[in-house]
Amino acid sequence: MKVEIAPTNQALPPKAAAARPSRWRTFYRKLRKNKLAMVGGCIVIFYIAIALLAPFIAPYDPYEIDLVNKLKPPSAEHWMGTDDKGRDVMSRLLYGTQLSMSVGFVAVFIGAFFGIILGLLSGYYGGWVDTVISRIIDVLLAFPGILLSLAIVSALGPSLFNVMIAVGIFSIPVFARIVRGSTLTVKKLEYIDAIRSLGANDFTIIFRHIFPNILSPIIVQATMRLATAILSAAGLSFLGLGAQPPLPEWGAMLSNGRDFLFTAPHLAMFPGFAIATLVLGFNIFGDGLRDALDPRMKQ
Amino acid sequence: MFVYIIRRLLQMIPVLLGVILVVFLIMQMVPGDPAVLLAGEGASAETIAKMRTQLGLDQPIMVQYAQYVFNVFQGDLGTSLRSNLPVWDEIMARLPATIELALASIFVTVVLGMIAGIVSATKQYSAADITIMVIALLGVSLPSFWLGLSLIYTFSVKLQLFPVAGWGTWKHMILPAITLGTAGAAIVARMTRSSMLDVVRQDYIRTAKAKGLRETVIIYKHALKNALIPIITVVGLQFGFLLGGTVLVESVFAINGLGRLIVDAIRMRDLPVVQGGVLIASIIFVFVNLLVDVLYRYFNKRIDLN
Repeated sequence: MKVEIAPTNQALPPKAAAARPSRWRTFYRKLRKNKLAMVGGCIVIFYIAIALLAPFIAPYDPYEIDLVNKLKPPSAEHWMGTDDKGRDVMSRLLYGTQLSMSVGFVAVFIGAFFGIILGLLSGYYGGWVDTVISRIIDVLLAFPGILLSLAIVSALGPSLFNVMIAVGIFSIPVFARIVRGSTLTVKKLEYIDAIRSLGANDFTIIFRHIFPNILSPIIVQATMRLATAILSAAGLSFLGLGAQPPLPEWGAMLSNGRDFLFTAPHLAMFPGFAIATLVLGFNIFGDGLRDALDPRMKQ
Repeated sequence: MFVYIIRRLLQMIPVLLGVILVVFLIMQMVPGDPAVLLAGEGASAETIAKMRTQLGLDQPIMVQYAQYVFNVFQGDLGTSLRSNLPVWDEIMARLPATIELALASIFVTVVLGMIAGIVSATKQYSAADITIMVIALLGVSLPSFWLGLSLIYTFSVKLQLFPVAGWGTWKHMILPAITLGTAGAAIVARMTRSSMLDVVRQDYIRTAKAKGLRETVIIYKHALKNALIPIITVVGLQFGFLLGGTVLVESVFAINGLGRLIVDAIRMRDLPVVQGGVLIASIIFVFVNLLVDVLYRYFNKRIDLN
């Protein structure tokens, strides 16, 4: 006979359920104390705001060509100068925030989605399922750096969408390994045995009882991975394999700026600075999240 | 140790077969018929059919994979569509520059990272410690291609101290090695700091201090030796990022290495070269991981890796 299992917090006695928010309050207090993490968080929020507000705050159309004013250095009219086609660099940079952020988020979502499923199945079922999935993870991790993404983009063809897929696949083994480890720990806890003895099926146990309890390392990893994904995607666009002209993606803008390094260094300077600060923001915010959410992960 | 190395070599076989399988499958994802690609757009149906038989494309996919594995183990990675030369020869001609670049960068990573980490740990919470850790945070976040361009602009264009591009002399090596090694150095610095801080709190270090040993002896002879174990692991992991990073750095500094060969091949749709290049880089990485494991065991004999 099957017994309907209530969600975790409802299954807890009222006292324990009431005590649950305090865990998040403790986390928030810890995070707020970490000044560096707050700086990182502010940088990330700043860029998210720019991405959302780009159409309202960009002074010019990012695609508008003005050959008369090409390669102009920063001035009162064009705060970050103009590029080789006379387009306003600042407007392109502001719109580019949307592209670079989207690539990062979509790639991490792809990596996390498949990585979490593989990790949960591998950790929960063990046996041959674990062996097969673990070997797949080992093989995917055997590709150095962005070479796996590079190979995928070479097969699918250069485009920003394909870069998202390629960087996403590159992130799958990282998530799978972390989730597998956490699942192995959680599935041995007594409450999982209790839920199983009540007749809960594997799907309910995995997704309603194990998954919510391994969210901390996943959130930390996702934040850190956003930095890597944005860097990797910008790198692929820099090589001409990602965003194609005239898209104002930061890596592609930097690549274009390289051709004018001697005459108009501002073209390479501003997009590079934007990538570096956004990645720095995610890195230090991720560090802070890790310390607050999952101190055991601290090296 | 010998038995351990043999065992690890045997364990590598399925990983290598898996790597070959992934590369093989990725190339199967390429839209269109490879025979048409190889024979050229204007080729007749007869030529294309001949090419299909010649390449074994008329065989079942598992047979094609088995044939590919067999060829790879014989050093046959196919023929470049662009130059008509064997892919193996093309890769071997470019590999030395990449290995030199990777070794020079690993030198930057290890030396710069460890010195910074040791200074940081021995002067914890000082201005030097905070400065080093802030620089380390920045170092991890800098895009290597941007750092490379900034270094070229400053040291090659403005100060004219180093050549803008190319490879050959020690002067050519410095900027690319710094570009590629900086992120790794930043990670090693953070790791060395935390590892050293863990070690210097141990009883035996306190005993060494009580015995009146000089600080340099304590740091370099006693503490560093034990702090090295996690550092080696991080350096080993960094080698993978370095190999991947050569693609970008070789492109920035116009170095004729394996990374640039792969990127050029992608642009020209020269898929056998892409396939071979990615495969060789991954095989090198798998062997470097083995070397790291062996070093790990050597430095930490207490761990039973069997």
